Amino acid sequence: MAGTGKAHLRDVDNVLLRVEDLTVEFPVGRTGLKVNAVSGISFDVLRGETLGIVGESGCGKSTTGRAIMQLPRPTSGTVLFNGENLTSKSGDAMREARTRIQMIFQDPISSLNPRRKVRDIVLEPLAIWKRGDATAQGIVVDKVLEDVGIDPQRAAESQPHQFSGGQCQRISIARSLVLDPQLIICDEPVSSLDVSVQAQVLNLLEDLKVAYGLTLIFIAHDLAVVKNISDRVAVMYLGKMCEIADSDELYATPAHPYTNVLLESIPVPDPNVEFKGAAVEGEPPSPVLPPPGCRFNPRCPDAQDRCRVEEPQLREIAPRHYVACHYPRHGGEAPVTVSTPSSS
Amino acid sequence: MNQIQTASRSISGTLIEVKDLHTHFETPRGVVRAVDGVSFTIERGKSLGIVGESGSGKTVLSRSIMGLLPRNGTIRSGSVKFQGIELMDRSPKEMRGIWGREMAMIFQDPMTSLNPLMKIGEQIAEPLREHLGMSRKDAWTTAERLLRDVRIPEASRRLDQYPHEMSGGMRQRVMIAIALACGPTMLFADEPTTALDVTVQAQILELINEQRRDRNMSLILVTHDLGVVAGNTDEIAVMYGGKLVEKAPTKTLYAHMKMPYTEALIQSIPKLNQPSHSRLTTIPGRPPDLVNPPRGCRFAPRCAYARERCHEEEPVLQAAENPGHSFACFYPVGSPEYHERQVELSISSSKNGGSH
Repeated sequence: MAGTGKAHLRDVDNVLLRVEDLTVEFPVGRTGLKVNAVSGISFDVLRGETLGIVGESGCGKSTTGRAIMQLPRPTSGTVLFNGENLTSKSGDAMREARTRIQMIFQDPISSLNPRRKVRDIVLEPLAIWKRGDATAQGIVVDKVLEDVGIDPQRAAESQPHQFSGGQCQRISIARSLVLDPQLIICDEPVSSLDVSVQAQVLNLLEDLKVAYGLTLIFIAHDLAVVKNISDRVAVMYLGKMCEIADSDELYATPAHPYTNVLLESIPVPDPNVEFKGAAVEGEPPSPVLPPPGCRFNPRCPDAQDRCRVEEPQLREIAPRHYVACHYPRHGGEAPVTVSTPSSS
Repeated sequence: MNQIQTASRSISGTLIEVKDLHTHFETPRGVVRAVDGVSFTIERGKSLGIVGESGSGKTVLSRSIMGLLPRNGTIRSGSVKFQGIELMDRSPKEMRGIWGREMAMIFQDPMTSLNPLMKIGEQIAEPLREHLGMSRKDAWTTAERLLRDVRIPEASRRLDQYPHEMSGGMRQRVMIAIALACGPTMLFADEPTTALDVTVQAQILELINEQRRDRNMSLILVTHDLGVVAGNTDEIAVMYGGKLVEKAPTKTLYAHMKMPYTEALIQSIPKLNQPSHSRLTTIPGRPPDLVNPPRGCRFAPRCAYARERCHEEEPVLQAAENPGHSFACFYPVGSPEYHERQVELSISSSKNGGSH
C-alpha cells in the first residue's frame, strides 16, 4: 500500500488543491516512537470536483483532512491551494486562508456552541472577519439558513439542542458557507445520522455544491455513501494511498486487493446476495510500527515475497485509474520496475 | 426456575412469545411510549432481525424482553413468555437463573461492556462458575476452549490479558465468548458490529452466524443497517415509533414489502450498484416524538401515500398474501390507492422540474 508516487497528479489549469508527499507523524509519549498517521500521500482536487477519501479507522483519512487545514501542521510535504503553499504560511496568513477552506465534522451537535443562538453561531464568522455591516451580514445569514432548510426566525430564537441531529448538521453546513469558501472538507458528515436523514443531507450537499460553486473533499468510511457523492475516490490504508480513480470506475473495476476486500465486506441490503463471509483475516496493524514493503501485505490474500520488501508506487492501469500494488487484480500485465523508495 | 431449564432443551418449537408488550418511561417531559404494543414469536434456532431508525424502540424492545431495564420509572405491561413460562412478573433474582444460561446479550460497544480491571479469562470464567457451578480450574479450561471457538489466536495467552490489550474486533469476540459461555438458547445482539470497521464487521457476523447454527440458538439481531439483516436473518421485523409495522421472512420482505416506510427506508440507502451522483430518495421530516405520538398511523405525517384515514385511525398488523408476512398499513405498496398516488407524485415532480 505504498501510495508513494505522484503519477496520478494532474497537470491542468483548474487544480484547486494539490497535496504532495504529505506526512503527519505524532510522537508516542517519550518513547521516541511515532505514530505514522499519514506517510507521504499525494493527490489533487480540481475546481468543482468532489474527492472522496475512504478507509477504515486509523487509515489517516481524517488526519489528511486536518493537515490540509494545517491543523496540526503536517510533519512534511506541501499543500498548494490556489497555487499558494499553505505549509509555509504564517499564523495570520493561514487564518485568512482558512476562510476559503472550511470543515464540517461528524458530530453536528458537539461542534456547535450549546449556549448560543443558532443564528449567532452562523453569523459569527462574518462578524469576526467584519464582512459588511450588520444589515448585510443579516441578509447573508438568512439566505444561507434558508438554503440549508433551516427557518431563520427559529434559528434566531433557538439553541442547538432544540434541533435534531440532521438539522444541526444543516446548521454546521450553513456556518461553513457564510464566508463563501472555495473548498469544504467534510469529515464523516453523515455517519451519525439515520439513513433517511443521511439521504437528505447528501442531497443537500449536492445542491449546495452547484449553487455555491464548491469543491468538496468527502471523508467517510461508508463506501456506498462516498460513491454516491464523489467524482473521484481515493482509498487509504494505514497512512498510505492504495488506489485512486473516478468513482464509477473504481467501484466497477477495483484493482487493489484491499479495495476488493473492502467492497466484498459490505453487507448488501438484498437477501438474494449470499453473504460471503469475511473477505480478509485480522485487523489493521499499529501505525506505530507499520510493516515494511506494502503496508497491506500481512493481510493481503495476494501478497508475494516482493510485497514484503518493496513498497509499490502508484501507477496508471487504466485512464485516470491509479493503483499502488505490485500484483493488481487487473491492468498489471506489464509490471513496472521502480526504484525502492524509502519507506521508513 | 428448574421448570425453565428443563423445558428449554427441546430442539424446535416456539422459544419466545411476546404479546402486546408496552414499555413506557416516566420522564420530566411526560411518559415516553418507547415500545407501544408489540407482539411476535420466535422459533427455536431461528434468527430475527429488528430494524428501525434511532428512537424506533428496537433496543428498548430487546432489553425489555430480557428484563434488563431499570425498574425505576419503567412501566411494562403485556406478556413475554419464554418456553411457555411468563417472565414479566419475575424479580431480577429469579431472572438471574435465565440470564446467561438461557438468554445472553452482545452489546454494541465492546470496550465499555468489558470490565477493564479484570483479565479476559476471569470475565469468561465468571458466568461459568456463577451459573453452572464449575470449579475455577474447569472454568478456566472451558474459557480457553470458548476463545478458540470464537477464533481468537493464542487463546491460552489471551486469557491472561486485559481488554485494553486487544483490538475492537478481538474485544467483540470476547463479548461473544462470554455470551456463549453458558450455552444460551436465545442470543440478543444489539448493534453488535456498529462500532467496528467493515472488514471486521464481516468477520464478526460470520462468527455469530456460525455459532448460532452450531448451537441451534435463536438470535435477535437489532440494527439500523438493512444490509446487515439482509444476509444474516431468517425474518425481519421493522419498527417505527415504538410499533412493529411490518414483519416477514427476509426474502419475502425485500421482494414484496408492503409498508411505504420500509420501502422508503430501503430507497434512502445509497447503493453500490447505482452510478455516482444518483439522487437519493429521502423521507421528509423526522421520527415522531414518543411523548406525543401522532394520531392514526405514526408514519402518516412523513408518508407520501398517506390519506385522511391514516391520520385518524391506527392500522393494525394484518396478514399479507405470503405466509408469515404481516404489515400495518391501509394503503400498502401495490394497492390501487398506492398506484394512484404514485401517478400523482410523478406528475407533480415532473411539473417541478423533477427536483426535491
